[in-house]
Amino acid sequence: MARMKFLCDADRCIDCNACVTACKNENEVPWGINRRRVVNINDGKPGERSVSMACMHCTDPPCAAVCPVSCIYPTDDGIVLHDKDICIGCGYCFYACPFGAPQYPQVGNFGSRGKMDKCTYCAGGGGDEPSGSAAEFAKYGSDRFGQGKLPMCAEMCSTKSLLAGDGDVIAQIYKERVLKRGYGSGAWGWMTAYHENIEV
Amino acid sequence: MTFLVRIRLATFVMLLLGLMVAAPAVAQKLGPDGAPDPSASVTSERNLLKQFPRVEGRIDIPDTKAAVLIQPAGRTWDYFHEVLLHWGGAVVILGTIAMLGLAYLIMGRIRISAGRSGIKILRFKSFERFSHWLTAVSFVILGLTGLNITFGKIVLLPLIGPDAFSDVSQAAKYVHNFTSFSFVAGLLLIIVIFFKDNIPEKVDLEWLKQGGGFIKNKHASAGRFNPGEKAVYWLSLLAGIAVSVSGFLLLFPFYGTNIAGMQIAQVVHAVVAVLFVALILAHIYIGTLGMEGAFEAMGSGEVDLNWAKEHHDQWLARQLAGEERQARPSATPAE
Repeated sequence: MARMKFLCDADRCIDCNACVTACKNENEVPWGINRRRVVNINDGKPGERSVSMACMHCTDPPCAAVCPVSCIYPTDDGIVLHDKDICIGCGYCFYACPFGAPQYPQVGNFGSRGKMDKCTYCAGGGGDEPSGSAAEFAKYGSDRFGQGKLPMCAEMCSTKSLLAGDGDVIAQIYKERVLKRGYGSGAWGWMTAYHENIEV
Repeated sequence: MTFLVRIRLATFVMLLLGLMVAAPAVAQKLGPDGAPDPSASVTSERNLLKQFPRVEGRIDIPDTKAAVLIQPAGRTWDYFHEVLLHWGGAVVILGTIAMLGLAYLIMGRIRISAGRSGIKILRFKSFERFSHWLTAVSFVILGLTGLNITFGKIVLLPLIGPDAFSDVSQAAKYVHNFTSFSFVAGLLLIIVIFFKDNIPEKVDLEWLKQGGGFIKNKHASAGRFNPGEKAVYWLSLLAGIAVSVSGFLLLFPFYGTNIAGMQIAQVVHAVVAVLFVALILAHIYIGTLGMEGAFEAMGSGEVDLNWAKEHHDQWLARQLAGEERQARPSATPAE
């Protein structure tokens, strides 16, 4: 069984935001919600890096643990999905998420939150809707994973900075890159998400 | 030498000095083969997290709060919420209920030792009772809906299933959000109305020395409120303000808070709320089951004269004196 993960090779990321656009387009993500984003660290300083970040589909996901209605769960492939029919929009998964992945559409006055939305690894939803159905697409977005494809963001990445796939495979690719070019700023977020680091 | 030349010379010397200082730093950024080493000054996640608990940067999308890249504190908050709060909350609340049950078994209901006199005296005016019950009803609703968020998935979810539990929790969330306003209104009223009578006074020390009326054959004098009631007042004031402020911070996400601020607000809200529930459980016990004649003070507003004599003798004396003065307005000669 594969364990699906994301890895952003920050030494290759050029802050082009194509992954952000690809995600929004592929999943028809509503206004105000960005399932994926690119953050520039130390902008304009030596050693500046850009990192593309979305839901990391954590090992032992904190969002799933704290959810008061238990609507978030990891699949057999380690993809963290949620059921929007069960979600109550309380915001707890946002407090717990180390990567700022969960977001909520504004549904009323004050800060009242609607159903949580986040990256699904392009694997559709965690609800009752049949896989690949229009109802599932409207609620959660594309189910590329069900067709044997990887997330659109990683597939579109022009510099192949953003890697998606089985954790061991993408870790190996990253290791080889680091060995070949002689440097690497590390697998951003891996320690927090997967309790492991890629040592080269 | 002209002034301009002198300036040029000075600049040149400065540049030279600057180079001498900077040269080793430049040299360090070159690899062993003389080529620039791109990893020499690179930012690493580990170093960034050593300097600051979060990795933050610049972001191009309008949602600037998404510029927080990694905040490992989320896992700490998860541990607080799932382990510390579940165990701590359960121990505190169930422990309080057990203690109160034990108190009932040992002491039983505190009776009016002289029996009822049948004469009633007004203890709480209708507006005071309204303020109390506004706060009380809000508190019970907030308490139950709040406990559902923390313990519902353990207690209620297995009983009614995920769909029904989701509907209940969704409604509970909105009820919790909107009841907060009536709770704060009631809390502010209570704070103002009862402030004067809850200022500690000399007789409170005496009351404590006499064992607060819990020791038989010992009479503990008290004013309108005894130290036990005053403790409930001041603790409710502190806890009420703490849950209100932290609650409104959570109700308006990112208004004056960031992710760390909201985590702290949630911890404060949860811890204080659990302790507040324990305090109010004790308050409910002594006001209903624990003492004969106590509930009617907040129920009808009138208490039995003998109850007042036993628990609030100084207040009763003042009330009766006041009534006498009112009943005989011509007692003082109008010269």
